[in-house]
Amino acid sequence: MSSTAEHAEGHAHGHGLGETVTHNAAKFGMWLFLGTEILLFGGLFAAYALFRAKFPDLFYESHKKLDITLGAVNTIVLIFSSFTMALAVSASQKRNRKWLIILLAVTFICGAAFGVNKYFEYSAKFHHHIFPETNIFFALYFMMTGLHMLHVFVGMGIIFALIIMAKQGRFKEGNRYTPVEVGGLYWHLVDLIWIYLFPLLYLIG
Amino acid sequence: MANGAVTQTQHIPYLAQKGLKSWILTTDHKRIGILYLITISFFFMIAGLTALGMRYELMTPELDFFRTATEYNVAFTIHGSLMVFFFIVPGIAASFGNFLIPLMIGARDVAFPRINLLSFWIYLVGTAILLFALAQPADTGWTFYTPYSIQTGTKVIMITLGVFVLGFSSILTGMNFIVTIHKLRAPGMTWSRLPLFIWASYATAILQLLATPVVGITLLLLIAERAFDIGFFDPAKGGDPILFQNFFWFYSHPAVYIMVIPAFGIISEIIPVFARKPIFGYKAIAYSSFAIAIISFFVWLHHMFVSGISETAAAIFSFLTMLVAIPTAVKVFNWTATLYKGSIDFHSSMLYALSFIVLFTVGGLTGVYLGALAVDVHLHDTYFIVAHMHYVMIGGTVMGFFGALHFWYQKWFGKVFNELVAKAAWFLIFVGFNVTFFPQFFMGYQGMPRRYATYPEEYISYHALSTYGSWILGLGILIMTVNLLIPLWKKGRPESSNPYGSLSLEWQVPSPPPHENFDEIPTVTDWTYAYGKK
Amino acid sequence: MSTHNHTEEHHTGLRVYVAVCLALFVLTVVTVYIAKFDFGDFNIVVAMFIASIKASIVALYFMHLKFEDKLTWIYALYPLFLLFLLIGFTLMETFTRVPVIK
Repeated sequence: MSSTAEHAEGHAHGHGLGETVTHNAAKFGMWLFLGTEILLFGGLFAAYALFRAKFPDLFYESHKKLDITLGAVNTIVLIFSSFTMALAVSASQKRNRKWLIILLAVTFICGAAFGVNKYFEYSAKFHHHIFPETNIFFALYFMMTGLHMLHVFVGMGIIFALIIMAKQGRFKEGNRYTPVEVGGLYWHLVDLIWIYLFPLLYLIG
Repeated sequence: MANGAVTQTQHIPYLAQKGLKSWILTTDHKRIGILYLITISFFFMIAGLTALGMRYELMTPELDFFRTATEYNVAFTIHGSLMVFFFIVPGIAASFGNFLIPLMIGARDVAFPRINLLSFWIYLVGTAILLFALAQPADTGWTFYTPYSIQTGTKVIMITLGVFVLGFSSILTGMNFIVTIHKLRAPGMTWSRLPLFIWASYATAILQLLATPVVGITLLLLIAERAFDIGFFDPAKGGDPILFQNFFWFYSHPAVYIMVIPAFGIISEIIPVFARKPIFGYKAIAYSSFAIAIISFFVWLHHMFVSGISETAAAIFSFLTMLVAIPTAVKVFNWTATLYKGSIDFHSSMLYALSFIVLFTVGGLTGVYLGALAVDVHLHDTYFIVAHMHYVMIGGTVMGFFGALHFWYQKWFGKVFNELVAKAAWFLIFVGFNVTFFPQFFMGYQGMPRRYATYPEEYISYHALSTYGSWILGLGILIMTVNLLIPLWKKGRPESSNPYGSLSLEWQVPSPPPHENFDEIPTVTDWTYAYGKK
Repeated sequence: MSTHNHTEEHHTGLRVYVAVCLALFVLTVVTVYIAKFDFGDFNIVVAMFIASIKASIVALYFMHLKFEDKLTWIYALYPLFLLFLLIGFTLMETFTRVPVIK
């Protein structure tokens, strides 16, 4: 647990909280929030487990209608974006503003590419008259990927805000890179959930 | 005084600033606490009046007050969902939690003041959606059980969406409180010196944080089921209506403890002050809050014993349910032991705290009956459940809430209420509550089912008694409310900033506290409950 | 870790990040490739095992969980425990039902 000395240090800077306390609090707060995200998806994972156990054949037959190549490409794109995000955090720690902006922009573009890919995937499904009400597998497919897509959009919004903040020179001194690190945590979670969604939906053996 | 190290030079109370903007854009935890207090009290009022209407309907066996049975169903849906989601779940945790946590741990505010304001605004958006939904209310009851919630012609989506939005507010508040308690404690405020209200708020925050997302996705799936026909809960498409209940109670059983654990914290604060004794079994009370927070995730199936679940699961969960009674009983024993040989001052807040112990024990023990599988099959969906639930919710949480209102009133508002009237109001509330709900145990045991607008003649005397009781209870709450409201418009300040001689940090600052609580962050040197040591 | 100033920047080197990223790519290829073989009931186990390795290295290296204190670890793992509880008990309940009408 955090020591008393740290608190004293934290409160030493007049009425505001010290940078150390603010930084640790923000990071810890984001970890707590990520826990809630896992449980938000948890309901869908539980429903998936239940229905896959009940209807293995339906799941096997339906999953064949999904495009594994598109799914795999999206997985690679998202992992790569996670990689650039990690590098962006590292750049912000080194106060390297130029690379921070470049890396954040690449991450943002990867998110957008993921979205475009998903758009084509969804339109192809609708074109073949596959909708959430088609069967339980597709209901799960659309709910899970839809909710994930929503998180990608939120993450892109965060990254966009970070780019603007970086351009304004907000991450120059002290511990001011906290928003980049916290935003990064959120983006990695988006990647983390997709890592599970991909085999669950596209690769049913 | 043990924690007397607090010094104050400036005296600008946090209430000094006026104007709408200073309220709706405030990041002061004390003001946000007041905003929550006003909103939850408003919903408590509406839901309470609905309950009086339902009781009035039930005075006679025929349908007379409401025009149709559906209207009655709508009334209990409004009563249940408002009371649960808009009053009791955010209730003590958000109002007193916000007001007390930073003061008690010696911080200037919560860890994320702006997110705290955001939580409140999200809560308001949720209530706005709900009020809009009330124009065409649903008739599903507060549990929104499938398949009825999918088939009913009334509007379910809006009310569900309101509750869904509310969940985010709850999650953010929980996150904020956990971080605050970990990172912002004053020097010397170690875990073994923390006030028990903080321990209780921490346990509550864990539940808010980790149980709420599950109900979020459940309600989202219900909305998707109605909007896109996804079939998760529809047997015709291979779905399972009981899956909804599994998800719903995975949240809603822990939510029962979100409602009551803060009240445990309040009782642990009030009793040692008015018994003038150190709290007995500090660690046992502190850890039992956590034990409850953990065990409460293991018992949810006991709400579903007659839903057609597997017998194996029912037997296992009947056993697990008994476990949760242990930490709760530990608390009751420790409070009683604190009272033993104390010099007790029957202040109005102490009266509420004592009624809490009595009434919550009745509510808790009947809960153990209901946890026993065979008994539950007989009593499920009868008035026995209604009585049990209200003994826990009103006898527990609401008594704790009223006790807290009377105990911290001077500190929060810097005014003094009439103690004699407060005692009279307590008497009416205590009597009215028992007259209303005690007969319901009997009629439930004799088979009167819940959620019906009409009933056979033989239950008339119980129902009539219960209705008379609801009037006494209503009158008591009315008197209490007026008694607490009048001083707010009167001049005058409390004579002392610490009238009850409490050792807790919040009583060492002026009433009402200044804007950032402490001029200088205090250094804590002693236990919060070291009464009678010196 | 905890008594010490934790904002001290953990300079995970570029090399480590590149290695992690390549490992994730390789594991993605492996998981696609391995899905072509039929292990019967173990298909899902194998797929989830690989996914969990990937998720762990994302959490440990990209999210710096490796450098975090005990408290963060607890709050990172406890939700997973609850997730297993939710899935486990729901499945247990559903698949131990005995039909009343046969």
